[in-house]
Amino acid sequence: MFWSADPERPRIWLMLAPMLAVVFLLFGGGLFFALIQSFGYLPLIGQTEFSLAAYVTVLRQSSFLASLLLTLYIATTSTVIATALAVTAALAIRATTRGRQALSFIFQFNLPIPHLVGAVAMADLLSQSGLLARLAAAFGLIDDPGQFPVLVFDRAGVGIIAEYVWKETAFIGVTVLAVLHAIGPEYEELARSLGANRWQRFRLVLLPLMLPGVLAASVIAFAFSFGAFEAPYLLGASYPQVLPVLAYKRYTAVDLAARAEAMALCVIITLVAGAAIVAYLHVSRRYLRREAD
Amino acid sequence: MRSAESSAGLSPPRPPLLRWFVLAAMVIGMLLPIVPLVIWSFAFRWSFPDLLPERWSLRAWRYLAAPESQVLPALRDSLLLAGAVTLLATLIGAPAGRALGMYRFRGRALIEMLILAPLIVPAFAVSLGIQIVFIRYGLADTFLGVVLVHLVPATPYMALVMAGVFANFDRQYEDLARTLGARPLQVWRWVTLPAVLPGLVVGALFVFLISWSQYALTLIIGGGRLVTLPMLLFAFARSGDHAVTAALSLVFIAPAVVLLALIARFLGAAPAAGGIRGL
Repeated sequence: MFWSADPERPRIWLMLAPMLAVVFLLFGGGLFFALIQSFGYLPLIGQTEFSLAAYVTVLRQSSFLASLLLTLYIATTSTVIATALAVTAALAIRATTRGRQALSFIFQFNLPIPHLVGAVAMADLLSQSGLLARLAAAFGLIDDPGQFPVLVFDRAGVGIIAEYVWKETAFIGVTVLAVLHAIGPEYEELARSLGANRWQRFRLVLLPLMLPGVLAASVIAFAFSFGAFEAPYLLGASYPQVLPVLAYKRYTAVDLAARAEAMALCVIITLVAGAAIVAYLHVSRRYLRREAD
Repeated sequence: MRSAESSAGLSPPRPPLLRWFVLAAMVIGMLLPIVPLVIWSFAFRWSFPDLLPERWSLRAWRYLAAPESQVLPALRDSLLLAGAVTLLATLIGAPAGRALGMYRFRGRALIEMLILAPLIVPAFAVSLGIQIVFIRYGLADTFLGVVLVHLVPATPYMALVMAGVFANFDRQYEDLARTLGARPLQVWRWVTLPAVLPGLVVGALFVFLISWSQYALTLIIGGGRLVTLPMLLFAFARSGDHAVTAALSLVFIAPAVVLLALIARFLGAAPAAGGIRGL
């Protein structure tokens, strides 16, 4: 390591300075002000004393637990389904020789589609007069829209989960494809020459090699869907609401005191998303160490 | 089983028939949600249980072009906003990417964590927190304020993409150009820029899309004053006009899909995320 001898060293910090300004001032500032406002420090309305009142109020509301559970449920379910679908589809694409490029394009074509459009699309697809309901009617499964299950604006968040699965399958899948591309066929060929069957090659060779990449993409998808606002705001039921929607509702409430509660909810969202990442880093470090041994 | 034998090492643990089923399901699953949007945008009346509209019409598309729909000004504002964010995020993120990708220095791992954090912590929470400061400095409800808050998710993306690009860039080319008498600007223009340009373009396209798709941050910091396409789309979606909402959705995703095709071209056959290390 000869980094200290690098003549460009002062320039390194110059190159990093604008980026660090964004991270510290805008990102760090946002978190900092969310935190102190959650403790009730709101000079705008004459409150300058720190207290935990907002947290107590938020945690005592019966709607909070329902919201927390719904948000966790939506984020977990959609991430697990999307990961399974993404891995399956990526393996199938990799095994295909003809039309692989077209398949990968279709696979990732919804990647740049905004979640808001995804939510609109899901409403037109899954609602009781949506395309699926019309198909069900065409096949004689239902006679009128009321017989089709309620899949959007529903309390179980099916529409929201469907939207996240649609988007996250592409996101995780593209990562898996890149990881598979980087792994190459050599390890599997070696395992094959040693007599491993299909299942053994997948279970003992491919899966451990791709797991870190898959896990990283899944955790990012989980953290995103835990803190996202658009799809549940458009597709969610009026009760229970996911935490970000609850926070926004408290934030825009006429009662200015509700602002501290909104900030407390923001802090809780940040803590849960952060905890997911920390847990992932912990697991991946242990995993990497075991690999090294 | 013939194809499985011929592509020995490449085949996953499943027979080809199952693979075709998986691929067909994937293609249908990916494309199906877009189908109702396309149909609705050309529908005049489309009542249950018809699979296709009784009457087709260009009403929704004409309405989007008409002044009263506000779509054209929103389109202009969305383009200006995403353009400004892309320019600033490139100027801020690319040098940081160079520092991270090309040099080993003390505290590098920490800096990398700091830059990753805004991509992981929900930007929604950050923007609610910072709004109070933006009010104090007159940035709330302004174009500049929205640009600044869009930089929070945009710049780290650019920095990480460019860190990946610069990690594969050999500094000796620059040294060589310098020994041959090139001035710093010439080195940058004729050596560095051509080498990193594909990565830079991909990063810029991604950053453009991040800003272009943003709804929550624009809503919170723009306070409804800055009407971008997503703001308009949300209003139409709530109004219940399926045809106009669908047409506007297609206008909203068109640049995104075009940009993705461009990214795919720039990266060749490799999937888009191949250019993004660590994401």
